[in-house]
Amino acid sequence: MADASIAPAAIAGMFDLLSPNPPGWGGNLLRGLANSLQIAVGAFGMGLLIGTVGAYGKLYGGPLVRDIAAIYTTIVRAVPELVLILLLYYAGTDMINRVLESLGYQRVDISGLVAGIVVLGFVQGAYATEVLRGAIKAIPQGEIEAARAYGMSPVLMMRRITLPAMLPHALPGLANLWLISTKDTALLAVVGFSELTLVTRQAAGTTKAYFLFFIAAGILYLAITLFSNVILAKVEQWARRGMPSVKEAR
Amino acid sequence: MTETPLETPIETFQIHKDSDTSGQARALPPHRIVLILIGLALVASAVVFMRWDWLPNYGDLILQGLWRTIWILVVTVIIGFLLAVPLGLAQAAGPAVVAVPARVFCTVIRGTPLLLQLWLLYYGLGSLFPQYPWIRSSELWPYLRQAWPYAVLALSLSYAGYEGEVMRGAFAGVPKGQLESARAFGMRRFTIFRRIWLPQAIHRALPTLAGEAVLQLKSTPLVATITVVDLYSVASRVRQDTYITYEPLLLLVAGYLVITGIIVFLFRRLEKLIPSRLG
Repeated sequence: MADASIAPAAIAGMFDLLSPNPPGWGGNLLRGLANSLQIAVGAFGMGLLIGTVGAYGKLYGGPLVRDIAAIYTTIVRAVPELVLILLLYYAGTDMINRVLESLGYQRVDISGLVAGIVVLGFVQGAYATEVLRGAIKAIPQGEIEAARAYGMSPVLMMRRITLPAMLPHALPGLANLWLISTKDTALLAVVGFSELTLVTRQAAGTTKAYFLFFIAAGILYLAITLFSNVILAKVEQWARRGMPSVKEAR
Repeated sequence: MTETPLETPIETFQIHKDSDTSGQARALPPHRIVLILIGLALVASAVVFMRWDWLPNYGDLILQGLWRTIWILVVTVIIGFLLAVPLGLAQAAGPAVVAVPARVFCTVIRGTPLLLQLWLLYYGLGSLFPQYPWIRSSELWPYLRQAWPYAVLALSLSYAGYEGEVMRGAFAGVPKGQLESARAFGMRRFTIFRRIWLPQAIHRALPTLAGEAVLQLKSTPLVATITVVDLYSVASRVRQDTYITYEPLLLLVAGYLVITGIIVFLFRRLEKLIPSRLG
């Protein structure tokens, strides 16, 4: 009987803490989630851009471009993200301000959001370079030769042939990168950007309900992952249309 | 082999290099010499123009931090791998009773950030344990009051979660005929597992294991956020004490590059030990 009387009160207390209105911390958590998602989307997009340039550089660039791309991907993938984030976060903002000052401009305050996107995008770019390079290499040689024989310009060939043809090969890797990107946003908590993990820690520290808030945040992250998986599976299905099924080939 | 995996592990470093043996004998091309010279010039200017006078004062601390980073890496990789074998086996061949929990565990671990898991264990368990008098009076209490058991626990579970998925694929990828012929030889189930199934699965998973070990190394600095003094944490302390921003971070980058290189080298050696002609 005693248990039965305690449990509803405890559950009601839990929901009070998680309620979106000010005494509860739900609203803060959701704002943190929105920040995390913004950074994840921005970083992933920037990673794709860098990755496309990097992959083309690695495959078609001259020896110098190739070596520089190799140095970039090797160093970024060998050094912990946390260290890179600190280095780029402090050194990057500092350097931009020094350049601006030497040119006679005012110092700018770089927002945590932009800095986070740029830093994580730089890291994602290294992985995206490798994913896209592999995917472009997986395109049958004849398709590219045929495009050249038609006299397509490199840009047209990239738009019409290379990018669509590599997409099914690249998607599993890119899906991976997107999931990593959503989870890497948590690292920005260390430099004090109020994304989901840091907000959660603040909420947990204030209310002492550590398990409640960390598990709530975990469920939010897990929901993003599982939801992304559903969408990504659909996108992959679309990109692979007309190709033989993987399952049958097994 | 895998149906829309949650997140397949990335091979951080290609262990099976593209067969490029022709380049070994050739001399360095000129642009590479220039690049090497530029690199050496950068290093030299960093040594000359940056402040390194703090190094002798923190030498011991840096070595301690380095030792702790490597220690945590090795211990968590081993524990994580030992956990990953049953996790992979349960998912690949187990009945639903064990397969479903193993799958849920891997999904949860791989679907949430490691930092969150670490903080959940450290702050959550760390605030829960002192409430129970029998834990406070137990012999484990002196350890549970420190931060490193939580760091080791969180990193091991994380490695197990990622590696469990890899081992699932590896176990499922061992040709059926191998297992059938082992059974035809009259081997017991455990003998089949020990002699045939596990070795071949590990051989399949080895390149990914190396990549995962590098990823694990890159996760170790997170333990600094729960007051474990590893290499990263030493660098932060130098920055706080001396107000020198870049030099400790650059040293840190160099340190992690070297450790990564050693891991990749060791795994490549390990792979060469195993004859790679599978039946």
